Amino acid sequence: MPVDVRLPTVLRPAAGGAAKVVAEGETVGEVFADVVRQHPGLRDQLLTPEGTLHRHLNVFLNDDDIRYLGRLDAKVSETDTLTLMPAVAGG
Amino acid sequence: MARYQSILEMIGDTPLLDISALSPNRRVSMLAKLEGANPGGSVKDRAALRMVEEAEKDGSLRPGQQILESSSGNTGIALAMIARVKGYPLKIVLPENVSVERRQALDVWAADIIDSPGSEGSNGAMRRARALAEQHPDWWFPYQYGNPANPQAHYEGTGPEIWRDCPEVTHFVAGLGTAGTLMGVGRYLKERNPEVQVWAVQPPTGEMVDGLKNLDEGFIPPVFTDNDGFDLLDRSKMIGARESIEWTRRLTEVGVFAGISSGAVVAAAAKCAEEIEEGVIVALIADGGWKYLSTGAWTGDLDEVTERARRIVYF
Repeated sequence: MPVDVRLPTVLRPAAGGAAKVVAEGETVGEVFADVVRQHPGLRDQLLTPEGTLHRHLNVFLNDDDIRYLGRLDAKVSETDTLTLMPAVAGG
Repeated sequence: MARYQSILEMIGDTPLLDISALSPNRRVSMLAKLEGANPGGSVKDRAALRMVEEAEKDGSLRPGQQILESSSGNTGIALAMIARVKGYPLKIVLPENVSVERRQALDVWAADIIDSPGSEGSNGAMRRARALAEQHPDWWFPYQYGNPANPQAHYEGTGPEIWRDCPEVTHFVAGLGTAGTLMGVGRYLKERNPEVQVWAVQPPTGEMVDGLKNLDEGFIPPVFTDNDGFDLLDRSKMIGARESIEWTRRLTEVGVFAGISSGAVVAAAAKCAEEIEEGVIVALIADGGWKYLSTGAWTGDLDEVTERARRIVYF
């Protein structure tokens, strides 16, 4: 099922300037595979060579960081939004 | 005791206020740890004091030595107050897009402000400070993102205070900046009761740091990784500017005048209350509202205030 994937400014050049990609999948991992199929330039931005989540990428399923929801195995449904953000610190 | 020799003795031991009137679930209590009660006005007094005292103890900070730190505001303000009292000159690298009051507060304590580009956020300020520290090895650079005294202040202060005042705590919710509060309090509470859940809250960062060239310029504080943050945290929530401001306003219903990041924290606490059957949530209110009055957060049109808040660093 299609979900909206929102990209931060830093990732948009690799997606032809798009701020949003609509992609299919039952899990975050499947959605990412579809995003990469549409925009191969995003492959190395989203995932490590081993296929795990990029260290400096935070992925929120609606408002929840997927690292605490099963990472790439987190289930998604049609009304969900994935928001990608660079990891930065405050203080 | 309410009589003190030094303002620095007044840091910590902050009040814990029952704000269950704001809980969306009557079987879930909510309490607010009011860190705005610290003399420097924020939770950062704790980490700043601890970093200074540890450095004085181990000799890396000597009388009259120049201090340099990067900060999006509160750590800088806390260090500035402490440096003023203790007689250290202080330079703070500050992103250009912080609220005007954060800048004014640094001026109160006579800190030198070094501007860094707003589009690079706190990370840009940190990179600039690290470069300056390398050029000036005679300066003391506390480096709050990697200084173990930062989480230690919370492991030995904030955490035990919460446990003393509320041993029935089931959830702890706080903002994620350097991760000092979450790591220190989280580790302490879980050692006392492994069932305690620790939730982090952060603002959306995508637009704020549009100066980032690529993801490799992103940053995870060593304070987070050194404390196994990914294992320690149970959840991490992203709360947007609008919801943060709505909850900053709702806090005034119980008399709490808090900063915008605290609105985000209480918004996440309310989501937590909706999700669980019953429990006791402690939410950390990092600072008071004073430094955000210029944003119009409490009185302005919500759309306009939200837009204004999105353009500044408020975490």
